[in-house]
Amino acid sequence: MIFKTLLTGAAALAFTTGAALAQTVAITNAKAWTGTSQGTVDNATIIVVDGAVAEVRTGSAALPSGADVVDADGSWVTPGIIAPFTRIGLVEVGAEDTTNDISAGSSPYSVALKAADGFNPAATTVPITRLEGVTRIIVAPGTGNDLFAGKGMVADTSGAMDSILDDDAFVFIRMGEAGASQAGGSRSAAWTRLRAALSDARTFPARYLSHDAGDALTRVDAQAFGPAARGRQLILVEAHRASDIARLIDLARTAPELNMAIVGGDEAWMVAEDLAESKIPVILDPFQNLPASFQQLGASQENAARLIEAGVVTAFAHLADDGHQARLVLQSAGNAVANGVDHDDALAAITVAPAAIFGLENLGTIAPGAIADLVVWDGDPLEVMSAPTHIFIAGEEQSLESRQTRLRDRYLGLDNGDLPFAYKRGEAPE
Amino acid sequence: MKHLNWALAALAGLALTACGGGNDAPGDDTQDGDVSDRILIDKDPFPSTYTPLESNPVVIRGATLLDGEGGLIENATLLIEDGDITAFGAPDAVEIPTDNDKLVEIDAAGKWVTPGIIDNHSHLGVYPSPSVSAHQDGNEISAPVTAEVWSEHGIWPQDPGFTRALAGGITSLQILPGSANLFGGRGVILKNVPGRTVQDMKFPDAPYTLKMACGENPKRVYGYGGGRFPGGAPYSRMGNIAGYRTAWAEAVEYKRKLDSYIDEGGDPPARNLEMETLVGVLDGDILVHMHCYRADEMAQILDMAEEFGYTVSSFHHAVESYKIADKLAEAGACSSMWADWWGFKMEAYDGVRENIPMVHAAGACAIVHSDSDIGIQRLNQEAAKALSDGRRVGIEISKAEAWTWLSLNPAKSLGIDGQTGSIAVGKDADIVIWDGDPFSVYTQAEQVFIDGAVVFDRNEPALQPVMDFELGQPGEGDMK
Repeated sequence: MIFKTLLTGAAALAFTTGAALAQTVAITNAKAWTGTSQGTVDNATIIVVDGAVAEVRTGSAALPSGADVVDADGSWVTPGIIAPFTRIGLVEVGAEDTTNDISAGSSPYSVALKAADGFNPAATTVPITRLEGVTRIIVAPGTGNDLFAGKGMVADTSGAMDSILDDDAFVFIRMGEAGASQAGGSRSAAWTRLRAALSDARTFPARYLSHDAGDALTRVDAQAFGPAARGRQLILVEAHRASDIARLIDLARTAPELNMAIVGGDEAWMVAEDLAESKIPVILDPFQNLPASFQQLGASQENAARLIEAGVVTAFAHLADDGHQARLVLQSAGNAVANGVDHDDALAAITVAPAAIFGLENLGTIAPGAIADLVVWDGDPLEVMSAPTHIFIAGEEQSLESRQTRLRDRYLGLDNGDLPFAYKRGEAPE
Repeated sequence: MKHLNWALAALAGLALTACGGGNDAPGDDTQDGDVSDRILIDKDPFPSTYTPLESNPVVIRGATLLDGEGGLIENATLLIEDGDITAFGAPDAVEIPTDNDKLVEIDAAGKWVTPGIIDNHSHLGVYPSPSVSAHQDGNEISAPVTAEVWSEHGIWPQDPGFTRALAGGITSLQILPGSANLFGGRGVILKNVPGRTVQDMKFPDAPYTLKMACGENPKRVYGYGGGRFPGGAPYSRMGNIAGYRTAWAEAVEYKRKLDSYIDEGGDPPARNLEMETLVGVLDGDILVHMHCYRADEMAQILDMAEEFGYTVSSFHHAVESYKIADKLAEAGACSSMWADWWGFKMEAYDGVRENIPMVHAAGACAIVHSDSDIGIQRLNQEAAKALSDGRRVGIEISKAEAWTWLSLNPAKSLGIDGQTGSIAVGKDADIVIWDGDPFSVYTQAEQVFIDGAVVFDRNEPALQPVMDFELGQPGEGDMK
């Protein structure tokens, strides 16, 4: 894995915060998918102390005194799901601009725009996403008037005001048709801009002291791009067409210090061997199988299986309406299995692989020392008819309620009693 | 009497007019002539040329069969002859012809057989792949009322999306205009078979439909179109309702003139394509499919329909149907819904995952629809999500009942339930063999039959259609 561990400090901080609140927990009688060489452990007991997994053992034994015990009743327990590309918390209502902080078409800045500045842990989308078993979200800004969208972030889905794990986790850029359009009308314009921006950022601040301007980036953007341009921060690149990805592979060969990952990658399978050799991971949407544009003519639901077979680190995302529906990543993973991906690899693609791509230390597995993001399921987690019954973030059990469940409960049975529905509130949230 | 004549004209696909549906003023000699002398409008000027593919009789044995009407049969035997379902049931209840050496026997033990899925909300063909600017043929936004346009005139039959939908078990589908307009135009119902022309795909004898739209879209596209084309009314939901009512009032008047001409002769009204569609609704020949999210708006639309004497076949998207499911049941209006889409605009903000089962539980007609070239490929999974979410809050629905959301209910909403939509003797053999329980994410359609012919076979590349657009392109013939 080429990724540097960037987040150790931030992860440790979140760990401590959670630990202050977390109970000792024992999940018993679990079918534990660990994401480690332990594989899937039947009849497992998972002990959580101070927000971290202390032990995973087989069978029942004496439990720590005072532990909250959750009997999984033989059902699946997985690490918390990591949705590797979302806009959760950036948008409440897509079509209402005042509620939508994804992109900034009129800003003079680009790389420096931080998704974290707009992230709202109290957004309704956060618990709605969490309810599906997603405990960590990668949140990317959208492009405005430049191929550089800005800085992405990592958060948990607890809804707590301190739920941002890293507010400066990666740079997101779009190449291919989108980048061409943003950069002036052609792929060559996009690439020229990218190369110039890399040069600006690598020579920051010297160039800006002597010339007062870069070739491509403002002072603020050049400074923001610096860590990524020097290989100390991930560059997440949207690209689909095989030739666009091949150009990125060429870039990686000439600038091996860069940390790059692809998102989208509908034709990535056509250059799978080169991606594997270059150690460039891919975050893909397993649903994509249409020639939706001329850069996706080779789209196939077997993309995932072919990349994994070639040894490419592959994560799954649900990219359609990623401001609201990133939660469907489990269904995406299930469909990948239907199209040739091994069940273990599909689970890894929404846990272990995103943790590796984004350098999330101690997340994505169930192992001693891991942050206790755990989900107890009522069935196979990748099945569309399954759902979580218990969700823990850093050892703390989470509510299974959302604005949607409140609305549902108000109208369930269409029974409002003596007063209009507006008076029916059920249990108010804590 | 007049209705009968019109209905017959449509049913038989006959042009009762002298030549090609013209509107030539009748001569004086028709003044007192029979009704049969009237020059009637050709109601089917683009007739279906669909013909079922050649097929042999087929017997499918051993599968778990959902009949699409709420029934489940284990270890079922299903017989298809001449493109129709001729018998099904327990093995000993089905007599298999012994004298036909062309009989194809399929062992489907461990597999499931269902009616083909019918998606009553698709824009395949009018918003095809690739989604380039030249392919945007689904919204005639030049005016808020464009009841005169027909989606079939915008359909590109080479849309690769049709083949993906087929691999997802879609056997019939409604192609609708978009929701920019108050009246978006006519929808058309297709059999999901590849054709050189859209006429080759048109579902024989299916009624036409009319797309209408509530709420945000029309008022955004027109009144608040940012000063861009075309601008003007409606600016508000008030303007939406006023716009519908103005058009319906005009249609009532046009219908009065037409009826008068048919009953009494004289000069027929000048042809008006917009009015012909609306009168078709008022006459009960054309079914209304209305994009509408909010509960309160649906209730107002139902009142308006009553005012002008028509019914709403189905509300589409209907994310708030769960709030008024009792009223929808009473009105007999279906709801065509997603399992879990929400939040992309204000009128979709109150979406809940239990919408479909809550509508079903209230005794209203629930339909799973896609409105998506991706979603249409796995509507069975959407039904499965809705089913399980409903069960978790105590709404007990069987898988067999839930399949009505995917086939019989959409067929009813389209007026084709006499021909398809369930496994029933005499109906078209539009069926799917799934390689397992279709409520599982891992299950895929293995074979898809339309009118008894195998039109998709997951294990037989020769029976996987490739559209012209994908020939000679990356991934041609790839498993998609």
